[in-house]
This record gives sequence, structure tokens and C-alpha cells, in this order.
Amino acid sequence: MRELFHRLTSFFKKADHDRELDAEVESHIAFAIDEYIRGGMAPEEARRQAMIRFGGREAAKELQRDARSLPFLECLAQDLRYALRTMRREPGFTVFAILIVGLGVGASVTVFSMLNAVLVRPLPFHEPESLVWIANAGSHEGLSGQTLQVLPFLAFKERNRSFSDMAAYFAFYGKGDSKLTIHGEAERLNALPVSQNFFPLLGVQPKLGRSFTAEECKWNAPKAVLLSDGLWKQRFAADPHVVGRRITLDDAAATVVGVLPASFDFGSVFAPGTHMDLYFPFPLTQETDRWGNTIAVVGRLKPGATVASAQAEATILGDRISKEQPNRNGLTPHLSLLKEHVSGKLRPALIVLAFAVGVVMLIVCANLSNLLLARSTTRQKELAIRSALGAGRSRLVRQILTESILLSSCGALLGAVLALAGTQTLSHLTTFSIPLLSDVHLNMGALLFTLVLAVLTGVVFGLAPALQAPKAVNDALKEQHRGSTNSRKHAWIRGALVVSEIVFACVLMVGTGLLLRSFLRVLDVNLGFQPAQAAAMRIDPSARFSTPQQMTGYLSEALRRVREVNGVEAAGVTDALPLGRNRTWFAGAKGVVYKRNEAPLAFVHIVSDGYLKAMGIPLKAGRDFSERDTTATESVIMINETLARRLFSGQNPIGRLMKAGDDKDKHVVGVVSDVRHLGLEQASGPEMYFPIRQTRDYASIDLVVRSKMNINDLGVSVRSVLLPIDPGLPREKFRPLQQIVDQSVSPRRFIVLLLSGFACFALILASLGIYAVISYSVGQRTQEIGIRMALGATPGELQKNVLLQTLSLAAIGLLLGTAASGLLTRTMRGMLFGITPSDPVTFAGMLILLAGVAAAAGYLPARRASRIDPMIALRAE
Amino acid sequence: MADSKLDLLQGTLDVMVLQTLAALGSQHGYGIARRIEQVSGDEVLLNQGTIYASLVRLQQRGWIAAKWGISDNNRKAKFYSITVRGRARLADDMAYWERLSNVMARVLAIAPEA
Repeated sequence: MRELFHRLTSFFKKADHDRELDAEVESHIAFAIDEYIRGGMAPEEARRQAMIRFGGREAAKELQRDARSLPFLECLAQDLRYALRTMRREPGFTVFAILIVGLGVGASVTVFSMLNAVLVRPLPFHEPESLVWIANAGSHEGLSGQTLQVLPFLAFKERNRSFSDMAAYFAFYGKGDSKLTIHGEAERLNALPVSQNFFPLLGVQPKLGRSFTAEECKWNAPKAVLLSDGLWKQRFAADPHVVGRRITLDDAAATVVGVLPASFDFGSVFAPGTHMDLYFPFPLTQETDRWGNTIAVVGRLKPGATVASAQAEATILGDRISKEQPNRNGLTPHLSLLKEHVSGKLRPALIVLAFAVGVVMLIVCANLSNLLLARSTTRQKELAIRSALGAGRSRLVRQILTESILLSSCGALLGAVLALAGTQTLSHLTTFSIPLLSDVHLNMGALLFTLVLAVLTGVVFGLAPALQAPKAVNDALKEQHRGSTNSRKHAWIRGALVVSEIVFACVLMVGTGLLLRSFLRVLDVNLGFQPAQAAAMRIDPSARFSTPQQMTGYLSEALRRVREVNGVEAAGVTDALPLGRNRTWFAGAKGVVYKRNEAPLAFVHIVSDGYLKAMGIPLKAGRDFSERDTTATESVIMINETLARRLFSGQNPIGRLMKAGDDKDKHVVGVVSDVRHLGLEQASGPEMYFPIRQTRDYASIDLVVRSKMNINDLGVSVRSVLLPIDPGLPREKFRPLQQIVDQSVSPRRFIVLLLSGFACFALILASLGIYAVISYSVGQRTQEIGIRMALGATPGELQKNVLLQTLSLAAIGLLLGTAASGLLTRTMRGMLFGITPSDPVTFAGMLILLAGVAAAAGYLPARRASRIDPMIALRAE
Repeated sequence: MADSKLDLLQGTLDVMVLQTLAALGSQHGYGIARRIEQVSGDEVLLNQGTIYASLVRLQQRGWIAAKWGISDNNRKAKFYSITVRGRARLADDMAYWERLSNVMARVLAIAPEA
């Protein structure tokens, strides 16, 4: 140990130690001379004798150096210095090699780290593997169909034997539901009502204060609030004494009972792309039961229970409870592991991404191998000379290995840095609705694996030429590697490498092409409304507007004032923007009796006059609501085309009567176009619109404005006209509707963006691979080409010859690539939208693109070949 | 083959150096080399220079210490002296060599039978 330490130090203090040794040897010889002179020898002869006695001075020094230091390390240092010199001498090659390895490693590690966070790593809760998502397997896709009603839920919770506990949250929360007022300054926040045991069930401990008490979860109990870490830091200056503080929430007093840890991020798990600012209790009582299906439920399995066993019990229990409570919504529990619920939908997409990045890494390895092989051929002469000068075989191998490992390590290092940046970027992306993204960290396993892969590639393909080197001494020195079996074998390997690169690139590009086309198809979908030049903002009035008359007054005045703002073309309000929260109610034609399971349901929109125009939703028949549709006039309703078809199959719905919402008969006054309410990729369901002046059953008010104005100016103008009627209006910005649409397609956009990046990278690498191989082969054939030209071959023929060589490689690659793509893309069926996995346009497009790039990559060397001067080429022999 | 021979010589030389220092006290490289030559009758050291590899090795192992000083005839030289750990090591080595030479002597004394 001690010796190793000394040896190491002496390795680093080489110069000092050498100087000291020199001095010591000098003094040794001086002593010897002294002694010989004392013995009567002439000084000249004394010096000679002293030298002889001492022996080889350099040999002795070398011996001492080996003894004191680490010869292996010395060699390594030498090799490294040499390798660095070589790298500097070929900056193009070096930079390129490092860059491709770096990009490959960076991309792979980033994607695998993300995969690890989203798919593999357990959820950030206590014993997450026993957490189960309990949804209602309703016939309807909307939230109302998937959530549970309070009393059936309580019965289920009480009577089941599979779960140790179940907790719920109110699923119909909206963006900006709560208004926090600090020092008269109001702000809209995202708040989530949760059941008393929600945090204990997940195992989330408030870092300050406590969770809710049963007392606080009663109906009309004094309001208690838990703050998120972010809100605590932003609005309460991370005040450690915030617990117990009274705050003004929704114009009423509330008490802060605790602060949640930063590690708890509701949005990241349950509602990707959103964030929660605060939490308050949701009472599980008769009162909230009346709201219908409203709660989302998470359960914790008892030890020993499985999802399957719990599901079996839940199905029977749900049936029984539905029969016992016929006046409530049916309970058809559908259980899945919480992790599955959170990230299951993204799994196929992420697996495609992982596959893609794996392919990219393979292409990188193939390319690196190709580069190293190409270089090794050109370096054979150098190796041969060094071998002839006495370098041992192991020494040469060691040096070549050092070079290739250094190269791939530099690339790997760059890759690690890129991966770190990549994972950092991903974890801070907030505009993409992808769960658990904020939990993405650099995954050490993935990093190590890819680093090893990169370095191994360097080793394997660096080793091959090094092992051959000494054998080739003669050939190499004679400069006759033209016909050597060595280079022919290399040419074969390199051709195969290029073909495999093309195959990989082809698969990747076809896959990407399919998803890209799907994405474009999704964007092309007829939304049913015009997001461009429209924007929305919450304008829920203060609590002092409480009676229906006051609310109607507020809305009429607000709309009147907003419409007067310069540049506002249309304005209206709604309680449910498309692609946001949704709820469904019964919607039947009057006089028709529906069976319990066949009752028509429709999405509910409570809107004002002008909403259709502001949204750009076409009115197909009848009329829009007007200011005169109030509680004093007859109850009216507008329906979408789907609901019209469903209820009145083909007959004119205008003027017909409907049963929906409250007990009053609703006169159908208008039919509007279908709106994609759930998502761009889901067909519209039945929808209906109630006039906001005829119902109070809405929880939020979004103002929608159509205007060509700059969105910030619009916000300022609109706020300034609204403040006089409600001075308590929070400071807020308009959200462009396009942003809402973008958010809803963001997972697809995310995948397509990454894949396109990978595909481009693959294309570039493949084309460079082709270029390298062809230009190398042209270089090798310079003399042959010279002779052909001298014998009368035209440049055109030669160009054609080289191009044909390129295209034959490309053709093999494309053939295999198409076959592989055909097989692999079939697994992507579920992710495609509007096209089939064998979409001919995509296949043809990608093949043409790849063939074109291949031809271009082969064209440059072909042109060079045709410009070879036969005189020079032949003289070079 | 050549390597293993050198190893043996190295080990032997190390013991000689230690014993020389134990006997003579503080001494410079030339002094040690001369002393070994004298004692062994020029049979061991082919080249005086080889002693420096041994000296640096012993020093790194902490068995001898080195210090620059001035010799009797006023020359600057590096003086080596044996350390406590070096003496312990020397004792071990001596015991080993004694055992080895005894064994070797007995083995070599075996007479051919009949």
C-alpha cells in the first residue's frame, strides 16, 4: 500500500526524482574517481575506470526509475500523450467520432433515464405497489363515467375486504378554482379537494403541520388548507410559522394546517402537465353525494390481496350496492395498479422511443467501427514501421487500444454531459402532459451501460487492426495493401456495416414517418371550434355576487363591457372549455322512456350568448342563446349534431322538447357542430348547451374572447373594464385556446419531436457511413481508375460505376430495411392515427428520402473519381 | 527466464544493502557498493549502478532513510541509514537466509546412492 503510494507520487514527481538521481549518480562517480586518484591513477584513467565500474549509466537510471515508479503507468502516460497527438493531428476525425458517440450516448441515456422514471421506478409514495386506482367502468368516456358517487363509494369502502383503506379526491377541479387574497391582491390558484385520509393513505407526511382531521372534513366545517411546497415558498416566503395562519381563500377565512413536502407533486402523478397549489378537505357526506359521480379513488390493498382478487370482489360488491341504491349512479369498479393507471397509456410510445434510441446507438456503434476500421487501414504503414523499429506486439496493441478507448471515452464523457443536460431539461418541462417527468434523473445504470457499450466498440474495432498489424509489416512497408486479403476483408466488413446502418436508419425513419404523419393527422382533425385568435380567462366573480340575479347581472354587465373593448370581435362565457374537465348528464327526448343502462348521456356546457361565436363553433340550425334566455322565459337548450341524431334520428330537432338538467322541459332552439371535447383523437360524443342565465349548476366561469389583439394587451384591456364591477378580480392572463389544444396533443408531440431528432441523426450517420466507405474505396482504387481513364474510360462512365456501387449498398440496405420496418411497425398500430402501419405514402417517402441521401453521399466521391488525373494517379505507383 | 534471475539478484542485493547499512551506519551509495564489493570479492555486483534501484525500493518500503549530506572528503552525497523497520526486516531476512542455506547445504550434501 505504502509502496504503491510512493510509486504513484514518484510517477507524478518524475522530473524532481530524475534530477535527484542525476545528482546522486554524479556524486557516486566523483567518489569513485577520488578513490582511483588516491590509488595513484591518472585523472583521465580514473574517470574511465569509474565509469566502467558504474556500468551503463542510462540503464542504471532506467532500472531505478522502474523500481521507484509504475512502469505500466509510465507506458500508459506515453500512450495517452501519443494518442492525444494523433487526435490533434486528425481533428476532423476526432471531433466527428467524439460527437457521434457523445450524441448517441447522450440520447440513449436520457431516454432510458426517462423510461426508468416513468415506467420502471415505483411511484414516489409509501409502498406504491399496493396502491390501486379505482375507477367506475361506466359506459361513458367522460370523467362523469369514470368517477364514483360518494355514498356508493362509502358503502364499497365499508364492506370490501381487499383494501385496508381507500381515499378520494374531487375529480372535477379546474384550473384556477381557488382565489387566494393576500393584502388585497387576489390570485387564482389550482386547488384540489381531497378526502381526510388522502395523504395518510399515500404515505405523504406534511413537512410542516399536519394532515386534515375528521372534524375539518365535515360539511360546512371551517376551512382548513394544506399548502404545496411551491406555494409556501412563493407566496408565504417559506415562513416556518405559517401553520395556524389565517388566510383569505375564495373571499372566506381559512386556516393553514400544514405544508406538504416538495417531493409530493400531485400533477406529476395524477394530472400530468398541471400543478396543484393547495389542498382542502372534501367532505364525503350526503351533501356531496348529491353532486353525482365526482370522486376519483385510490385504494391500498391489504397484504396478500392482489388486483385480480380485489377486482373479483369489487365486481360482486359493486353490483350489490348498485341494486341496493337504485336512485344513485351505478357502481362498476374497475381496478388497476396506480402505476399502471399513471403511465400505462404512455408505455407503448415510450417503448418505441427506447427502441429508437437503441437503434440510434447501434448506428453510432456501426459508424464508429467503420471509422476506426477505415483509419486502421491507413495507419498500417505507421504500425509496420514501429513494429520494425522494435515495438513489441503487445506494446502496439496497447497503444492502439489506448487510442480507441481514449476516443470512445471522450465521446462517452460528452454523452454523459449531454445526458445530464437532457435529463435536467426533461425534468423541467412543464408544457408536456407526461406523467412523472419531473422525477427524471440521470440513471446511473443506463449511463454505465451505454458508456461500456461505447468503450467496448472502441476496444473491439480498435483491436482488430492492432492484432493484424505486425503480420502486415512486409506488405505494408511495400505499400502493396491494394490487393491484400486484409483490405478486402475490411471492405467486406465495412460494406456490411454500412448496409446495417441503412437498415437501422430505414426502420427508424419509417417508424418516425408513421408517427409524424399520425401527428399531422391529429393536428388536422376538425376540432369543431377555431382555436386561432381565441383566448380564455377565468372571471368568476367575488363571493358577494351570490344570488342568481346578482350573477346574471354580473355576467351581462361583464359581457357588455368586454364586447365594447376595441378589437374584441366576440365574447362569451362557459363553465367547461373543450379538452378540459367534462361532466355528463342524462339527456333524453321528452316522452321517451329509456332503460337504465341505455339512458342517453351528454357532455354538459353551460354557456352564455356569444360563446359559439367566440369559440368559432358553427351553428348548424336554429338560433344561438340570447340575453333574453333567462329564468323568466321558457327553458331552452342547444345540442350538437351527434346528440340530435341520437335523440331525434333524422327529424328536425328544433322546437322539440328534452329532459335534461333540472325538471323543466327544455326547448331545443339550436343545433351546433360537434366539438372534440375529450381529446383530439377521440370522436365527439353527445353534447348539450344550457344558457347560463337559466341554471346555477356551474362551478367556474371562463370568458372566451375572439380578437386579433396581442394577448397581453387584451388581458390588460379586459381586466381594466371588469375591475369596476368586481374590484376583487384576480390578476390573470388570457390563455390562448391554441395552447389548450397543444397541451392536449403534447405527449404525441413530445414523442414525435424526439423520434424525429433520432431519425435525422440516424440519417446523417448513415449518409456519412456511405460517404466514408465509398470515398475510401475510391481512394484505394485511384490507380485502377487512372488506368481505366488512360485506356479511354470517360468520366461519366466512372461516375456511374462508383454511383452504382453506392446504390447497390443502399439497395440491399433499403430492401432489408423495408422488410424489417414492415414487421416492426405492425406493433405500432395502436399509436397510429388515421393511417395504417403499412401506410404506402410513409414507406415510399422514407425510401425515396433515404435513397436520395445515399445517392448524394455517393455522388461526391464519384465526382472525385471522375476527376482523377490519370497521369498523377499512375505516377503515384 | 532472464526476468526471474534478476528478481533473485534484486532480493539478494536488498539484503546485502540492509546488512551493510546495519553494520556501517549512515553511508552513501558509493560507499555501500564498495563495501559489498570488498566483502564479496567482486562476485556480486556486476555494475555499481544497479545499487540505486535497490536503494530506492528499500527507501519506498520504509526500511532505509535517505538524507543529503557532506562526506569526509567534502563532497555532497545522499546518505542512507537503516530504519527501525529496516532492522526488523533484516532480522527476518537473515533468519530466512540461514534456514535456506541450511536446507540447501543438507540437500546438496546428499550423496549419490551406491
